Amino acid sequence: MQTPIIDVRDLVKRFGPIEAVRGVTFSVAAGEIFGFLGPNGAGKTTTIKVLATLLRPTSGRASLAGYDVVARPGDVRRSMGIVFQDPSLDNRLTAEQNLRFHAMLYGVPSREIEPRVAEVLAMVELSERRRALVATYSGGMKRRLEIARGLLHKPRVLFLDEPTLGLDLQTRNRIWEYVVDLRRREGVTVFMTTHYIEESEHCDRIAIIDGGRIVALDTPDALRRHVGGDVITITSPDPPSLAREIAARFGGVARATDGHVVVELERGTEFVPRVAAAFPQLVTAVAVKQPTLDDVFLKLTGHAIRDESASATDQLRTMARAWGGRR
Amino acid sequence: MLSAGTRPLPPAVPVRWRHEVRAAYAIWLRELIRFVSERARIAGALGQPLIYLAIMGTGFGATFRSAAVPRGFSYLEFMYPGVLGMTVLFTAMFSAISIIWDREFGFLKEILVAPVARGSIVAGKVAGGATVATLQGVMLLILAPFVGVHLGLTQVAGIALIMLLAAASLTSLGLVIASRMQTMEGFQVVMNFLVLPLWLLSGAFFPLRGLPLWMTALTRIDPLTYAVDALRGMVYAGSPLAAALVVHPFRLNVAIILVFLAVTFTAAIVTFRSRED
Repeated sequence: MQTPIIDVRDLVKRFGPIEAVRGVTFSVAAGEIFGFLGPNGAGKTTTIKVLATLLRPTSGRASLAGYDVVARPGDVRRSMGIVFQDPSLDNRLTAEQNLRFHAMLYGVPSREIEPRVAEVLAMVELSERRRALVATYSGGMKRRLEIARGLLHKPRVLFLDEPTLGLDLQTRNRIWEYVVDLRRREGVTVFMTTHYIEESEHCDRIAIIDGGRIVALDTPDALRRHVGGDVITITSPDPPSLAREIAARFGGVARATDGHVVVELERGTEFVPRVAAAFPQLVTAVAVKQPTLDDVFLKLTGHAIRDESASATDQLRTMARAWGGRR
Repeated sequence: MLSAGTRPLPPAVPVRWRHEVRAAYAIWLRELIRFVSERARIAGALGQPLIYLAIMGTGFGATFRSAAVPRGFSYLEFMYPGVLGMTVLFTAMFSAISIIWDREFGFLKEILVAPVARGSIVAGKVAGGATVATLQGVMLLILAPFVGVHLGLTQVAGIALIMLLAAASLTSLGLVIASRMQTMEGFQVVMNFLVLPLWLLSGAFFPLRGLPLWMTALTRIDPLTYAVDALRGMVYAGSPLAAALVVHPFRLNVAIILVFLAVTFTAAIVTFRSRED
């Protein structure tokens, strides 16, 4: 692997007596989509703020694009873009004006500003609304505009702090399409935080963070394997014989139920074609269910990711956002 | 393979003053764009002084007799430079206070995370507030003939210069306060205990002569006093009112405003830097 674009060693951040980040170590490769998954208050945003030079680490060190976040904050800031958890647009300016302002703050050369503004607006499909005041935008449009803005100065790393919080499912999916697409087109490294389990599936690797510590770090698939096997449900005209045949041929446990055979094993997707080829007469349909990252989180931390307090904070934030949008 | 690994690193330039100037310019430009696009704000800022001139000018004008004001001159003429000072004070303060809104609505984060020195942010903000306040003040000069004041080009230029310096220092003062305030509730407190005394003690509405000693002392430490005095000097240039009403020499007034500007601007940078996020 080449030099990591983000490198964090033994990072600690304390706020008075509270230790928000308790010694985390990880690195992110260039071009990766890397996710921080954890409940509210786990230390995700604090870690991002240290990486973005908005907070000074209590101890440990962190670097971005080869620059130390304490020694070279200016270089770090020029190398990154960030989309905050809460909106940070000027509602009384147009989309274009917001973007031009950003370009000047980030030192984009004058002659490159207009083409670049047009490019990122086209990417998030807001070209037609570029002269409209941001105050007239919907929540999803604002979020897309913020992502466009984060990319305007061609950062090497884009931070997305809860990028889809408070958005409806369709908009969330759309935003993920942009993120995956822009990684492909711009080659940017994406570092995101979320407490939506299903969203972390889009990441190449996920760090599960809880109580200021990383409890696991791997690909979503590997994390799921960590929990146990897949559950394969086979519809069969003769479940008892199929169960016997599978046990004899592949080993493992196969249970015959009413019309189905249920098999639990490590790599379900590899098993499916083999069982279908081996017993074509006995297999009508096959379904594979993988363990979810919910199961992973529960197993690793001993509690579910979304508890009551988290959803209450969520509601407040959504309300705050709705209120802010009416400005 | 992705192109991220092959993209050259952004250049690390040790002295980036050109970038800093451009960033400050962007912040200034934003203030101006917002000012121009908010017609209601312009109308309000013109309407308020008009109301003061019309009501207070007429009301007090009927009974106002001061030994300081020579016969044959109206209270309206006396009050006019004070209203100019008032407009600059309120507009500059309002402009500085807008960073509380920026914080509340998140936009301040966008500015604070940018690769821009805090000093440049303050400079841009102060320049923006000063420009907007001066524009508001200059717009009021249209009213001069209606209150019986006739201004030449030199006077207009001098008035604009004083407004610009006074507005810059008042915006800086406003920034020092606003960067420590979290909510708009605190704004009322500032209005009542800072802006109103600054305004009322500046001599905008009554001559600063023959006052009790304690009040004279207070008017002397009010920086706006010197701005209003300097404005009087410019507005009444060539009229007997100047000799009767202007307290300090023009140069002294400008020097004091400049010292006030240096102090408040430095304080604004220091307070802005001391905030971690």
